[in-house]
Amino acid sequence: MIEIEVKKELLGSLGKMDLDVNLTIEAQSFVALSGQSGSGKTTLLRILAGLEEAKGRIVVDNEVWLDGFKALPPQKRGIGFVFQDYALFPNMSILDNLLFVRQDKALAKELLSMSELLELAHRKPATLSGGQKQRVSLCRAMMNRPKLLLMDEPLSALDPFMRNKLQQEILSLHKTFGTTTIMVSHDPSEMYRLSSRVVVLSQGKIVQDGDAKSVLLRTQGSQKFSFEGELLDVIKVDVIYIAIVAIGQQIVEVVLDASEALDLHVGDRVNIGTKAFAPILQKWEKK
Amino acid sequence: MFEKVMALEFAPFLISFKLASITTLILFCISLFLAWSLAQSRSRFKPIFEAITALPIVLPPSVLGFYILYALSFHSPIGRFFQDVLGIKLVFNFTGLVVASCFYSLPFMVQPLQSGFEALPKNMLEASYIAGKSKIETLFFVALPNIKPALMSAIIITFAHTVGEFGVVLMVGGSIPGETKVASVAIYEMVEIMDYTSAHIYSGIMVFISFVVLLCVYIFNRQESHRLGGVV
Repeated sequence: MIEIEVKKELLGSLGKMDLDVNLTIEAQSFVALSGQSGSGKTTLLRILAGLEEAKGRIVVDNEVWLDGFKALPPQKRGIGFVFQDYALFPNMSILDNLLFVRQDKALAKELLSMSELLELAHRKPATLSGGQKQRVSLCRAMMNRPKLLLMDEPLSALDPFMRNKLQQEILSLHKTFGTTTIMVSHDPSEMYRLSSRVVVLSQGKIVQDGDAKSVLLRTQGSQKFSFEGELLDVIKVDVIYIAIVAIGQQIVEVVLDASEALDLHVGDRVNIGTKAFAPILQKWEKK
Repeated sequence: MFEKVMALEFAPFLISFKLASITTLILFCISLFLAWSLAQSRSRFKPIFEAITALPIVLPPSVLGFYILYALSFHSPIGRFFQDVLGIKLVFNFTGLVVASCFYSLPFMVQPLQSGFEALPKNMLEASYIAGKSKIETLFFVALPNIKPALMSAIIITFAHTVGEFGVVLMVGGSIPGETKVASVAIYEMVEIMDYTSAHIYSGIMVFISFVVLLCVYIFNRQESHRLGGVV
């Protein structure tokens, strides 16, 4: 059980902003932390790690980490942290990166074999691919059997295929070790797949908090399905208009009439939804 | 010509290199911690310390030499303390030269180390703290092994700079043969008595050694950056 109550003044892109978060997290749960950039997600994570100062109170399993301004240093918190840019030690081999955290060869080998990295154990990080580096970083974070695992957009630098694969690995590590986990993410499918709870921050405050489904599903009323996207272009073809919209990694075309097109501008955030028919779902690649 | 070379006194070179080696060693031990704390510091007094550290670069060696000479001499409390209490005389001998060189070459050790430390990814150091390692452990096991090119530059440039020292050495050490007469001072004296042949030989040797040393640094740095492929 983790109780968080922190306040900190931040200098965001929109000027001064107060980070003010009150959160209780059950042991062994997987919480996804979402929100626009500059909403304070990373700062909250860094405060939990003890890397940033804040005022408030953090209690983890009856251990006080923060009381007023008095903070337990990161060295004494016993956490795991996965950085977006891996932050591996380039001078050490993969195995030594893990052993640097704790001299426990058995655990290191177990983690490396779970991530299919055992053959690379004696290589230096510079010779690994991005996905492999992030797996090493994940293994390293698990080396001190952390009470709390913090991940700051761990998969955002990877391609979609590698992302999927690592999501599976994160999930299986979470099941094996039962570590309470907080992950900053922007990817709804990732949050849905991994987390049991999604917390959305905006301007330093929690604006949404609930299970993944209730927070992430964006349909309203009688809509059967809907996607959020960004308008890339509006093209006039004879009497109709065609809108080009980017949804995640995909680009789609939607037909508009003139009155709809008038109101739209390139760069607008748009919702594409449909009511009238049931969408067809076809498998195009086997898992 | 050959006899002339054989007849030359090489003691000044030996003193130069002995002085440079000892100075580099002492400065490395001091600067490691100084550069690490400067790189880590977020204090608003940091610029003051940085400015003090950089002073020897801009000050004329005669100014530096004059102050050091005064501070170490019997006229100042520091010099008197060393002489009366510890029985160590600090001017016009080799010990004094070492002390003076340490002041003179300090920025050449601190600055490359500090910028090396500052260029390290912050996350990498934080990952070490989260792994439970103290700042000192992080310095020796994570930071230092990953700034090898900066480390190499700092050591070599400090060494070379101390070998090339002239003004401060002349003021604090004088030119006592076999004790404080270093190569650069010896060349000055040769030119003064118009012994151009010896001055040529000495200067040629200095140019050659300096070139080889710098060449080694650049070759090493090139290989090192290829090997690491940049910091991960």
